[in-house]
Amino acid sequence: MALHDSHSKAHQDAPAQASHEDHGSVKSYVVGFILSVVLTVIPFVLVMKGDFSKVTTLWSVIILGLIQIWVHLKYFLHLNFVTDEGRANTFSFLFSALIIFMVVGLSIWIIYESNAMMMY
Amino acid sequence: MSFLGKLSIESVPYHEPIIMVTLAVVAVLGLVIASLITKHKQWGTLWFDWITSVDHKRLGIMYIVLAMIMLLRGFADAIMMRTQLAMATNGAPGYLPPEHYDQIFTAHGVIMIIFMAMPFMIGLMNIILPLQIGARDVAFPFLNNLSFWLTAGGAILVNVSLGLGEFAKTGWVAYPPLAGLEFSPGVGVDYYIWALQISGLGTLLTAVNFLVTVFKMRAPGMKLMQMPIFTWTCTWANILIAASFPILTAVLAMLTLDRYMDFHFFTNEAGGNSMMYINLFWAWGHPEVYILVLPAFGIFSEVISTFTAKRLFGYKSMVYASGAIAILGFVVWLHHFFTMGSSANVNAFFGIMTMVIAVPTGVKLFNWLFTMYRGRLVLSVPVLWTLGFMVTFTIGGMTGVLLAIPGADYVLHNSLFLIAHFHNTIIGGAVFGYLAGFAFWFPKAMGFKLDEKTGKAAFWCWQIGFLLAFMPLYVLGFLGMTRRLNHTDNPDWNIWLYIAMVGAFVIAIGIFFQLLQLFVSFKNKDKLNDTTGDPWNGHTLEWSTASPPQFYNFAHIPHIQDIDAWTDMKERGESYQRPQQYSPIHMPKNTSAGVFMSMSFTVMGFALIWHIWWLAIVGLMAGIGVFIKRCYTRDVDYYVQVDEIERIEQTHLGANTTGANA
Amino acid sequence: MNTVTATMHTDDHAHHGHHENNTVFGFWLYLMTDCLLFASFFATYAVLFMNTAGGVSGKDIFELNFVAVETAALLVSSITFGFAMIGAHKQNRGAALAWLAVTWLLGASFIGMEVYEFHHLITHGHGPQQSAFLTAFFSLVGLHGLHVTAGLIWMTVMFIEVSRRGLPEQTVTRLSCLSLFWHFLDIVWICVFTVVYLMGAM
Repeated sequence: MALHDSHSKAHQDAPAQASHEDHGSVKSYVVGFILSVVLTVIPFVLVMKGDFSKVTTLWSVIILGLIQIWVHLKYFLHLNFVTDEGRANTFSFLFSALIIFMVVGLSIWIIYESNAMMMY
Repeated sequence: MSFLGKLSIESVPYHEPIIMVTLAVVAVLGLVIASLITKHKQWGTLWFDWITSVDHKRLGIMYIVLAMIMLLRGFADAIMMRTQLAMATNGAPGYLPPEHYDQIFTAHGVIMIIFMAMPFMIGLMNIILPLQIGARDVAFPFLNNLSFWLTAGGAILVNVSLGLGEFAKTGWVAYPPLAGLEFSPGVGVDYYIWALQISGLGTLLTAVNFLVTVFKMRAPGMKLMQMPIFTWTCTWANILIAASFPILTAVLAMLTLDRYMDFHFFTNEAGGNSMMYINLFWAWGHPEVYILVLPAFGIFSEVISTFTAKRLFGYKSMVYASGAIAILGFVVWLHHFFTMGSSANVNAFFGIMTMVIAVPTGVKLFNWLFTMYRGRLVLSVPVLWTLGFMVTFTIGGMTGVLLAIPGADYVLHNSLFLIAHFHNTIIGGAVFGYLAGFAFWFPKAMGFKLDEKTGKAAFWCWQIGFLLAFMPLYVLGFLGMTRRLNHTDNPDWNIWLYIAMVGAFVIAIGIFFQLLQLFVSFKNKDKLNDTTGDPWNGHTLEWSTASPPQFYNFAHIPHIQDIDAWTDMKERGESYQRPQQYSPIHMPKNTSAGVFMSMSFTVMGFALIWHIWWLAIVGLMAGIGVFIKRCYTRDVDYYVQVDEIERIEQTHLGANTTGANA
Repeated sequence: MNTVTATMHTDDHAHHGHHENNTVFGFWLYLMTDCLLFASFFATYAVLFMNTAGGVSGKDIFELNFVAVETAALLVSSITFGFAMIGAHKQNRGAALAWLAVTWLLGASFIGMEVYEFHHLITHGHGPQQSAFLTAFFSLVGLHGLHVTAGLIWMTVMFIEVSRRGLPEQTVTRLSCLSLFWHFLDIVWICVFTVVYLMGAM
């Protein structure tokens, strides 16, 4: 039992490890939150009001969504290219994103084309 | 709902003599093995040293044992199919009725790919990869044990289906609507689904485990581009597993929802689209075959460079070529269904990408040839498998490029030409690779070499048997014979079917020689003893350990400076050095949590198959409960003390510092 | 054993640090595989959403006001979990527990609203058995909801762990994994409300 107490005390004394990784500050979470709120409200309003053309609304909604994903990755998940941990996480995310883009994109193309051949 | 769901005594196929005899033989064999274990009082050893082991070396051996047992079952299926087709010519019915035959070819595919090839590959990776990077174990040893038992759980379900109920009759790909509830109302497809979902989870966890191990636990100084080539190819394979297995999980889950809850993903009614199943299945299925073959390519690289005593030619291009194959493997999958009715543009794109993927494969082949050039190749058993691979796989690869042309594929899709092609590449590529690796690393894992004579006999039987069994299938494909036929009525086909059957029996003799080899080698293990740990004058770090390795792998983790780290150490005179002092080594303790979790989930799977809902909930809760208990277990590790390390190291260093090293 | 482990302490700390980092990185890789799982369901939704089999389409059943409130709950829960993590890294047990509780309540509200929506649809004859569109909708959104529910269960267990053990290294690591999970679920929800609800209602 004593060992565990001294262990956590050592953790407090030696926060060197904590400072190496980016755990985020209150500021980064608040900035991320405000950006996310804005990036959520706009597309909802665009669709609910329906003031713009379908194409404009569609692209706006998609792009705003992508931007908000980036906001989450940066401000909440602390992805970066600076720290070792950040680089490892970011590269694995980018690789996954590439695979997702290829698999989902190609799948949709394949099925849409085959539906067209069936005159769907 | 009944207490036992759909399960009843009628579920036992006691009308099928072949199955009942098989079950009787298995039961007798099981009893014999159990009594031998009892007689030699080995239950304790089995439980405490093997079943609950978190040691990657032990888990690897268990994976390979599983693979070998399943090879026997999968091969029995193959022999049955070949004899049926040889007998059922000219309209004769043969001895296997379609409803039985269909389960055999389905089980054959599922077993060979998921329960023979995958465990074999994962077993070799488990034993060797941590040693090659100078690590003491994988990143998550408990998860490793869990992964093995989840795989075993899936294998158990497939085998239980033989005695209780039936297996799927859909082919190993299980396309709906045939695999949907309307056309497969029995339990067969459900056995298939849960066996794959449970073992698939184990495989996915293995991939995550080994990726963290490779990225975070290499010996100091070992840069990524200094890792052994086998480690690199396994890493690409693990990336493929992590990226592709979730797709399989998803598509099987969708099929499950269709079957259990009347959803409409893939049904004909209410707007379902069964093409999407085919699409998602192969988006997993194609990367899967690269998962199987990439580690085999790595083994060939290790074997050739070791037995020519040369550094691998073009290491960097090998790494990049493997990476290119891995990533390209994600843009070719439609070539499995060119004929399914998507557009010409789609077919053209995927056809071209499929041909492109032959290029990096060619790069690798030339690198192996250049490695051998001006080397003095020793014709050991691993090398024979490698040379056999080069010839065999090349044929298979070329027929693949032929099939990649959509126009040609319209003629050859699902013909025996296709069957010949994929057996050509999987056997010639993956299986020959694993058997080479098995012969190469057996001394390291077990402490003694394998008998050479029986090993060579086994190779030649496999090589000749393979050619006899599968080259005729290319001819049959051109002659118009399709796959999954139960009987035939075309006299032109007969001669080729007979030759193919002979080939299957020659392979059977090869397997017999392999079993004989094990028997003879175990019997003569004192004469075949590997005393130094480095019987082939190897290049990489696994050869620096004892055979079998010290349970903690490395008492002192070396600092790496170059590719072929062990050769580098030997050349610098740093091999078998006793460090200034040893430190206690932190090791994980064995645990029963993995086997209990897996068996709970296997019971859950069994219960879901038979619609025994209360048991399914019990199984799920038990599995989660064991997991949570494990999370709060504190006694999970210990330290190996210096005196014990001294003793073990003395034996190993002592065997190696009496003049053996130049 | 005690004396030996005491002297091992300094090496141990770096050693444990490595273990903890490995755990978080391993969990991140697992999350990437979870991304692919969701991607497969998204792709399926994308090819099936027009197959309404003569029944309702997204326009008919999606209520954006309701979804906006759900979205707000989940988004706020992301920041409150962030505050919980800041507390945890500062070894502030009280702050960590308080913010965890707030996060839990917001997450539970999200699930409550989603269950209500599903129940409403089913009792009005628009359940997943009616068409491929509804199958794909219920499965995709349901998969996300299942993940959130698993997260809530995990959060409950962590709440108990922190109350009992405080914030030793292993507990902070586990909270870090849960925080990655929770933020990732919010990212998936961005995709869900964009692709399913907003595009469906247009």
